[in-house]
Amino acid sequence: MAELTASPVTSRRWRKPPLIRNPWLRWGLLIGALIYLAVAISSVPVDDARIARGLERGGRMISSFLRPDFASRWYDIQIGVLESLTMTVVSTVAGVLLSVPVGLGAARNLVSAPIYLACRSIITISRTFQEVVIAIVFVVMFGFGPLAGVCTLAFATIGFMAKLLAEDIEEIDPAPLEAIRATGAGWLKTVTYAVMPQVSARLVGLSVYRFDINLRESAIVGIVGAGGIGSTLQTTFNRYDYDVAAAILLIIIVLVMTTELVSGHIRRRLQ
Amino acid sequence: MLRIEKLVKQYPTGDRALRGVDLMVPEGEVVALIGPSGAGKSTLIRCVNRLVEPTSGKIWLRDTEITALSARRLRQVRRRIGMIFQEYALVERLTVMENVLSGRLGYVNFWQSWFRRFPQHDVDQAFALLERVGLSDFVDKRADELSGGQRQRVGIARALIQSPDMLLVDEPTASLDPKTSRQIMRLITELARERGLAVIINIHDVPLAQLFVKRIVGLRAGEIVYDGPPEGLTPERLTDIYGEEDWGAGQAVAGADSAQEMDPEPSPIFAASTSNA
Ligand SMILES: Nc1ncnc2c1ncn2[C@@H]1O[C@H](COP(=O)(O)OP(=O)(O)O)[C@@H](O)[C@H]1O
Ligand SMILES: [Mg+2]
Repeated sequence: MAELTASPVTSRRWRKPPLIRNPWLRWGLLIGALIYLAVAISSVPVDDARIARGLERGGRMISSFLRPDFASRWYDIQIGVLESLTMTVVSTVAGVLLSVPVGLGAARNLVSAPIYLACRSIITISRTFQEVVIAIVFVVMFGFGPLAGVCTLAFATIGFMAKLLAEDIEEIDPAPLEAIRATGAGWLKTVTYAVMPQVSARLVGLSVYRFDINLRESAIVGIVGAGGIGSTLQTTFNRYDYDVAAAILLIIIVLVMTTELVSGHIRRRLQ
Repeated sequence: MLRIEKLVKQYPTGDRALRGVDLMVPEGEVVALIGPSGAGKSTLIRCVNRLVEPTSGKIWLRDTEITALSARRLRQVRRRIGMIFQEYALVERLTVMENVLSGRLGYVNFWQSWFRRFPQHDVDQAFALLERVGLSDFVDKRADELSGGQRQRVGIARALIQSPDMLLVDEPTASLDPKTSRQIMRLITELARERGLAVIINIHDVPLAQLFVKRIVGLRAGEIVYDGPPEGLTPERLTDIYGEEDWGAGQAVAGADSAQEMDPEPSPIFAASTSNA
């Protein structure tokens, strides 16, 4: 330190180098973006009358949310909640069971190229589309109701779980894999002895995590008609029963928070 | 027993790890394979059970040509070839017993292995082997709770429960302290002699090899440059295998060798071999 202050300091200017070096390009892009924004905003039709009506409706909604009505549609709510829970359990179990073979097939260190590509495609398809889009497809296929919801959530679960599982498998210690193969064990036995023990704890943790994602999603896919509490919610909105809607939203919040707490606890215990 | 003819292995990266190796190991003989790291020792033994596919050459175990087998027949032959690894290669999250019994996977059917319902005969044998390697008290311990020496004993039991005709052993002591190293070498060579197994042991530590083994094969840059008794390893011979070094000084062979393993710069031999490739 002493040496530093002792030596004569010539002051050199320093500025953080700009992200884009060329000043013309830099300012051009900025101005272009501002113009686009201005044009875009002006292109959205703003209707004063509709805003006024919307605000009024919003006010009514908020006031009914302050006094949620659990009683008048309790039976429907109960059925919706049960249906959502059933959808969640069934879709998680089915999705996880199906995701294991897909995940194994999508691990480069376990399979040949054609199987790898096939399983990766399944994962990509499942992950490309948002749950709501998939739900609409299944509602068209199977009609309204929880079957479409279960299929949607199971399909989404496959993509999610299989991708993470495959990534885990690709990172396992290759030595035991080689050792088990060297005993003369075939593929399936090698997987059960050398691969599954290395990833099973993570697999359980991820399944629990996916369970609470599925519960949340079960409310959303219900809105497009795929059953569960979401469908009940949708009905109440259509009838302007905001106080019942409020009750349902509160129940969803409590349910999601509870499963999140429980699943977080289980996952911490697994580590 | 084991016959290797003109074995060549060229990795896709271009490394020619083996350049025409001929080797015979008769029934019941224990051979130590020495050589600097990168000489191709691991590649050679992995070619025997085709964990590594040879590029050319033939390997015979008794009268089976291993290099010509279908995947299915290969699995059957692998059952008779036990393998022991440097880093033990146990499944850490399984118990000692499960690790040992995994040596029987080639013999049981899938559901037996899935539910851990191995035939009583296998279980008896597993207990006997665990007793023999001194791990009777660790049967239900998880493998990751064991020390290095204990893990290697599990590795040995796993290889032997296969009832192999032959053992392939890859640097069994490289991760162990000197005393444990000797115990493990003694155990392997004793068990091999008791059971009349043909054995190839890759080993870094020349004095240790000389102590336990009657035939030593020196590999350098994928070629066999020495094949003979331990006494024949004169300083000139060692120079042939490992390159220039004062072999007399302090019997520091093992030390020099492991230092070489750490050395980021390639040894002259290694450099020569890669530039030829
Ligand atoms: N999987 C592999 N891919 C490419 N090259 C390899 C592979 N394994 C080994 N090699 C190369 O083959 C040569 C011999 O390696 P190896 O058989 O491991 O020697 P050793 O066991 O005697 O140390 C080395 O040059 C090494 O870089
Ligand atoms: Mg090696």
